[in-house]
Amino acid sequence: MPKIVVQIDHCKGCGLCIDACPQQCIEEDSEVLNKLGYHPAKYKGQGCTGCGFCFYTCPEPDAIIVYKKDEEAK
Amino acid sequence: MAKDILRKPGGFMDTFVYKPGQDKGNTHYCPGCGHGILHKLIAEALVDLGVVDRTIMVSPVGCSVFVYYYFATGNIQVAHGRAPAVATGLKRSNPDSIVISYQGDGDLAAIGGNNILHAANRGENITVFFVNNAIYGMTGGQMAPTTLLGQKTMTSPYGRKIENEGYPMKVVELLSTLSAPAYLERTSLDDSKNIAKTRKAVRKAIQCQIDGKGFSLVEVLSMCPSQWKTTPVESKKWIKERMIPYYPLGVKKDVIEERAGYFPPKIDIDDESIKEMLGLKKEKLFRDRAMSDVPEKYRNPQIKIAGFGGQGVLLLGQTLAEAGMRHGWNVSWIPSYGPEMRGGTANCQVNISEGPIGSPVVDFPTILVALNKPSLDKFEETVQPGGVVFYNTSMIDRKPKRNDIEAIGLPFSDIADELGSLKFANMVVVGAVLEKTKLIDMDIVKDALKEVIHNKKFVETNIVAIDRGAKAV
Amino acid sequence: MSKELIKGNEAIIKGALLAGAKCYFGYPITPASEIAHAAAFYFPAIGRTFLQAESEIAAIQMCYGAAGTGVRCLTASSGPGISLKQEGISYSAGSELPIVIADIMRGGPGLGNIAPEQSDYNQVVKGGGHGNYKCLVLAPNCGQEMCDLTILAFDLADKYRTPVYILTDGFIGQMMESVEFPQPLKIDQSHKAEWAIMGNKETKHNLINSIYLEAEELEEHNIKLQRKYAEMEKNEVRFQTYKTEDAEIIVSGYGIVSRVLKSAVDVLRKQGIKAGLMRPITLFPFPKNEYAKFAAKVDNIFVCELSNGQMVDDVRLAVGKAKAKIHFYGRMGGVVPTVAELVEKITEIVKG
Repeated sequence: MPKIVVQIDHCKGCGLCIDACPQQCIEEDSEVLNKLGYHPAKYKGQGCTGCGFCFYTCPEPDAIIVYKKDEEAK
Repeated sequence: MAKDILRKPGGFMDTFVYKPGQDKGNTHYCPGCGHGILHKLIAEALVDLGVVDRTIMVSPVGCSVFVYYYFATGNIQVAHGRAPAVATGLKRSNPDSIVISYQGDGDLAAIGGNNILHAANRGENITVFFVNNAIYGMTGGQMAPTTLLGQKTMTSPYGRKIENEGYPMKVVELLSTLSAPAYLERTSLDDSKNIAKTRKAVRKAIQCQIDGKGFSLVEVLSMCPSQWKTTPVESKKWIKERMIPYYPLGVKKDVIEERAGYFPPKIDIDDESIKEMLGLKKEKLFRDRAMSDVPEKYRNPQIKIAGFGGQGVLLLGQTLAEAGMRHGWNVSWIPSYGPEMRGGTANCQVNISEGPIGSPVVDFPTILVALNKPSLDKFEETVQPGGVVFYNTSMIDRKPKRNDIEAIGLPFSDIADELGSLKFANMVVVGAVLEKTKLIDMDIVKDALKEVIHNKKFVETNIVAIDRGAKAV
Repeated sequence: MSKELIKGNEAIIKGALLAGAKCYFGYPITPASEIAHAAAFYFPAIGRTFLQAESEIAAIQMCYGAAGTGVRCLTASSGPGISLKQEGISYSAGSELPIVIADIMRGGPGLGNIAPEQSDYNQVVKGGGHGNYKCLVLAPNCGQEMCDLTILAFDLADKYRTPVYILTDGFIGQMMESVEFPQPLKIDQSHKAEWAIMGNKETKHNLINSIYLEAEELEEHNIKLQRKYAEMEKNEVRFQTYKTEDAEIIVSGYGIVSRVLKSAVDVLRKQGIKAGLMRPITLFPFPKNEYAKFAAKVDNIFVCELSNGQMVDDVRLAVGKAKAKIHFYGRMGGVVPTVAELVEKITEIVKG
């Protein structure tokens, strides 16, 4: 299944990925305060289609990794 | 090219070593800043196009002054607005490199307006990414040329007004009126569809340079949540609702397909040919001569030559200096220059000297050539006692007044006229001066003519003029 | 024989080409334009770059880029244009880029005129732009030196990674003299720039930069620059003296003035006044020690400039409290003093 991984300490909590996700499968993790002092984004654990919108709208180089293996077949 | 995994592209450095402080993994940009998005698109394109190593990123002043923290390319940090000029120097001196200028709106459209206009107009084969977020970010939220009407900034606290600041500047439309640019597009980062279009535009602009097609620029509408005082998500909406209606997206110019790629030829010339082209290998007639061979009163002359502009005064002086040099002597030639130019006469000063020349200024000549009356009137008094005056009786109806000088009057202009043109008067003078003073061998001066006269077809007639002048003395 | 009658301005370009200069970027201005004309003629013919920039500001920035790739490059201008170039020169000093800049001085301030002055001394020798920097400044006084010192300027620029000026007046730029080219003629291709960015894997980790955000870091960078300037003061002082051994009065000036002064020395000696000429060739580093030595020996030092007295400040600093009295005589607006005029001024001083 496609999925995303948020590298917590690279996220500035801007929320652009949450807004961009067509599946609404990213949320703010209000439980966690990262090293930069932000509530990072968090993958809800399901729903990712591997579209990559979150990756390309994320301003940080290393905050989001998208694994879209299953998307490859399309 | 589809990828299985989307992650930090290899166009970025692994660790941002130039970035000060502990955090060498994240950008210095504020949360939600559009710069980071565009950086990622560029870093990805550089890898996919296989040009990371060849690329030089130019980072001028603005928030993106620290572009050099991030890219695994060559990096050069430059002055505010000057990136297109620096990029020009980089590309011209090293055409194989891929030069990318990354500029903000204050940088490119305000202080660097002239530089971007001319780099575009020259069609420099560089790529420019222009981030338009309608405000100065780095310096604290001041008005940019692209700030929207009514938009409040630190320097337009009541909102931008047409009457005071004029209209927001549409850069790509402005540049699209030029013939040279190959590719100009405006894109936006406000939603995923537009980010995808920006991604495509970034690639196209870099490819344009790789293919030698010339100047490309992508204007990217981008968000500055910090200075707009909005949340990142609201700022996306602001681009869509406020910026895009004024700054319409799309390709403004694209002549990539119809244009052949140009790569400056690599000219490999050996040293000997270079010296030849520099004129350093010309065959010239030289003959060392002792000044003692010249009659005593004419030795080491300080010469002033004066007449109307157009009488060939400067060339006359150059001929004597060039010829004097061929005898192994020190020479200097200086045209009338500065305040001396007043008074309707053109003049030049020539020194020919066996020893080193101290002051090349000839205030008191030992030889005066006066081709018209104002020149005689002006300079007769300055001639050193015992000096000689050659004056043009065709145009001067009096003799020199002084009796402590030698005066030689000849109708230089009339003789020249007989040869077909008044323009030859100067060489008639050369013939007369040299015949009288024995200063320079005639074959040397004739060889020197080939050097000073650029239009070779006149050399022969000028040689005749010299002979006529010599005969007339 | 490789000897030519050429203008000083053209000699600069021939010197630059022999030094292996690859790029010229410039903007037209009298009385420096012949430099651009010669560059436009010769550079493209042998596969090198000539480009007329949109402004003086752009011209020096193009040099900044070209120098950044490790090639030898130059630009030229006169006072008003040099003022505009100061931005780029400060950046070049900060980023330690070797660039050769010729300044063929004209009359100022403002538009002034195109006649020879020496009123750019302060803006060229004292730094000129913002920041704690100095440029090496060479002051030719004849056509031969316009060529020779240009070649030297490139070597020194590379040696110290610094902008180097050729500073002279419009008179020397406009004058034609015989110039003999070094024998055997060779074109220098030997210089290396390991720090440059050349658009390849080997050099991409180099960084051309003048930003140092941390105060301590910037101070360290500045201290490094000052060490470099101290090194120049130790190694690169150049000057020429004429009949100074037994001199009772030292006369001093640079550029065209040094030529007029030299003739004045000869006239004065015929009249029984033992004058000697001290002519600085480097204006930074300034030959301080030499002036100090003279100041301990003679009662009077006479300084003449085509300005309101700019170099004379450096002479005063060099001399300090030594016994010699410093006399200044300046002409402005493009007036070049005559030999007789200087002889009279100097005689007045000697006769007290």
